[in-house]
Amino acid sequence: MASQVTRYVLDNGLTVLLKEMHTAPVISWWVMYRVGSRNEQTGQTGVSHWVEHMMFKGTEQFPAGVLDKAIDREGGVWNAQTSFDYTAYFETMPAHRIDLALQAEADRMANALFDPDEVEAERTVIISERQGSENSPMFWLYEETRAAAFRVHPYHHQILGDMADLQTMTRDMLYQHYRTYYVPNNAIAVAVGDFDTAEMLARIEALYGAIPAGPEPPPVTRMEPPQQGERTVRVERDGNASYVYLAYRAPQGAHPDWLKLTLVDSVLAGASAPGGNSLGNKTSRLYKALVETELATGVGGGVYPSIDPYLFNIVATVRDGRTTEEVQSALDAEIERVRHGDITQTELDKAKKQAKALFAYGTESISGQAFWLAFSENFSSYTWYENFLENLDAVTLEDVQIAAQQYLRRSQRTVGWFIPTNGQED
Amino acid sequence: MDAYQHALPGPDDITRREFPNGLAVLVRENHHAQSVVLTGSLNAGSMFDPPDAVGLASFLAPLLLRGTESRDFATIHELLEGSGTSLHMSGGMHTIGFGGKSLAEDLPVLLDLLAETLRSPSLPDEHVERLRGQIVTSIKIHEQDTRYMAGRVFRRLAYPPEHPYSRQTEGGVETVSNITRTQLADFHRQYFGPQGMILIVVGAIKTDDVFQLVADKFGDWVNPDQPVLPDLPPVAAINAPRIETFAMPGKSQSDIVLGVPGPSRFVEDWQAANLANSILGVFGMYGRIGAEVREKHGMAYYSYSRLDGGLGPGSWRVVAGVNPANVDRALEAIRGEIARITTEVVDEEELDDNKANFMGRLPIQLESNEGVAGSILTMERYQLGLDYLWRYADVIRAVTREDILAAAQHYLNPDVYALAIAGPEFDAAE
Repeated sequence: MASQVTRYVLDNGLTVLLKEMHTAPVISWWVMYRVGSRNEQTGQTGVSHWVEHMMFKGTEQFPAGVLDKAIDREGGVWNAQTSFDYTAYFETMPAHRIDLALQAEADRMANALFDPDEVEAERTVIISERQGSENSPMFWLYEETRAAAFRVHPYHHQILGDMADLQTMTRDMLYQHYRTYYVPNNAIAVAVGDFDTAEMLARIEALYGAIPAGPEPPPVTRMEPPQQGERTVRVERDGNASYVYLAYRAPQGAHPDWLKLTLVDSVLAGASAPGGNSLGNKTSRLYKALVETELATGVGGGVYPSIDPYLFNIVATVRDGRTTEEVQSALDAEIERVRHGDITQTELDKAKKQAKALFAYGTESISGQAFWLAFSENFSSYTWYENFLENLDAVTLEDVQIAAQQYLRRSQRTVGWFIPTNGQED
Repeated sequence: MDAYQHALPGPDDITRREFPNGLAVLVRENHHAQSVVLTGSLNAGSMFDPPDAVGLASFLAPLLLRGTESRDFATIHELLEGSGTSLHMSGGMHTIGFGGKSLAEDLPVLLDLLAETLRSPSLPDEHVERLRGQIVTSIKIHEQDTRYMAGRVFRRLAYPPEHPYSRQTEGGVETVSNITRTQLADFHRQYFGPQGMILIVVGAIKTDDVFQLVADKFGDWVNPDQPVLPDLPPVAAINAPRIETFAMPGKSQSDIVLGVPGPSRFVEDWQAANLANSILGVFGMYGRIGAEVREKHGMAYYSYSRLDGGLGPGSWRVVAGVNPANVDRALEAIRGEIARITTEVVDEEELDDNKANFMGRLPIQLESNEGVAGSILTMERYQLGLDYLWRYADVIRAVTREDILAAAQHYLNPDVYALAIAGPEFDAAE
């Protein structure tokens, strides 16, 4: 795909990616900071997510609540997201209203207030967000299984953070985190939509150019050591269904094996691709082995293009009246088949075709494109997204078979079971 | 009308054809993208569920895709998934809805499958049982969710038992467990037909090609037994508070749903109520409710209001997820905001902001094929006219502050409502 993206780096280190699309009178503006739960220490887990909340609590220019109304008034939408590897803020606006978004992000990059009273008020909201998630059995299962999979690397804790840290977080910790990581040389800014590149760049320079660069934020150095054997976790609490969660060690997004593993995932658990779209997975291996046989009511999987090595996840919902042991056995049997190399050329061709359709769907939306440009620039380069299909096409059957053999070993996985303590017994 | 409004979908680029058998098809071409999207419905929703088989229509909808007279489950899904095509069906209150997406060149496959699954499903026994298990498991999982349970109890309080809105379309564990294949087949035979069916197609396709394909696949479909959509039983306004708590041990959050039966989409004060609802609990991160319950007191992660409208009347309700210790304070704040909007006219500026939002958000809503298709479906379902989007700004501008007050007073009352609270154990005193 010919690159229509232009990339600039301002003097203060801000990376800017611009792509014109004139299919609708809309512009999507993203500012993605290279900070997430991956950058957090024990004692301050959840700080990145809380800082995201505080970014909505006002600056001098835009006091708390003003932007909510201003953006809604202009007919725009906006939101933010904290993940393992980034915290992103975006606005999608009618094209002629985009300046508000450009101003707002420049302003809060440097001038967020972190008012102590607002920090305290937000504590209740953040804790309540965690408590809301705690209503879901899968939340507990993910938390415990991931914590077992990562003993050293900060991927081990939830993005929401541990309750102990949410209760003791201070304004200073939040503000320090903000000042350390929210600097232009640690950020990626992306505009996609109905604009003129030269004009947009000039406006970005005018609004962002004066924000001073900061010291390079500290790198993440606690890499996870090799896993030396299968780990198992049980979570037992109230719930009405059992779940089985398999977490295999996976390579990071920029690694050449990542694409191969995503094709293994398509064959095993169904296709998903950049852009947020997905297809049904009823013709996938695991659906046939688990859902058609009435062992599970659903099964899914996914690999995530992360900065550091993360996980290849497979989750199955145990059907009412079946046991976790039965589902585990069936999962293991099918995964072993794939690991021993029985993926066919037909399956591989289908996975690639699905990826092409999903990619086409994903590139229709201006917001979706902007997200993926920022996201791929963060863990690799924006060209990763642009070259995705071409690189996927180059993967051979042998590549995929080797990847399955290497990454689906039992010694390299953590297995989590959720067992309800009420309702149906196993 | 300015140049921008004229660029919105309208009579010059939406083509409508009604077939003699009652099927209405609307098409809009969009050659900017490679895909095509379809959406639509037919009049076979849960309101037709027999009282002892609540959940039947919702059970039937996904079952349609599990086999037809000429293709089995595996063949259907290889066809879909192999080409990156999606097709899904779901049960709603009045209709069964469907939606699909494919690359433009695969539209013939998509329409062919749609016709086959709607007209001649085979309802295989093994899939009846498999789907039953999935639905039952899914209901049990939902029954662990405080927000879901608060909604369920609320509907039972707000609507009389003979009204289908008092029930949930998915049914309950017991009713779904007892539905038979015969009942499913009978329902299909009786209620599925082209009368009242709507099909919308948007994307990189030619209008004439679409009409030809639809004529081929659906033109000869008739069902002489198909009934007309009946009127719903009348819903009396609530005249005294109806309150119920639902205890769910082990939960760390309580969910509140407070509201009343509201306006249907057809009534004259619908648009005024819609704007009033935006002010009350949507605009600027959930409106006045959000400001009071979440921002000012930090009591909740979410609190907002919803106006369903629909063929209705759907409910007008406030929803909040709070720490169980904060339930009373949250309720007080919510009632306070309802009192305010039913006694004081809103500020001119507040109303202007909300109107600007309604008008200004159109380009973003209409950016995608899905957005355009959904918009056209609404226009057709509620008989708004193909020029609705062109007129929309005028419709919105015409609503006054007095209209807002009148609409709020018509439906809302700070002391009279249905209220459901689901959360951990409640004290005997409550």
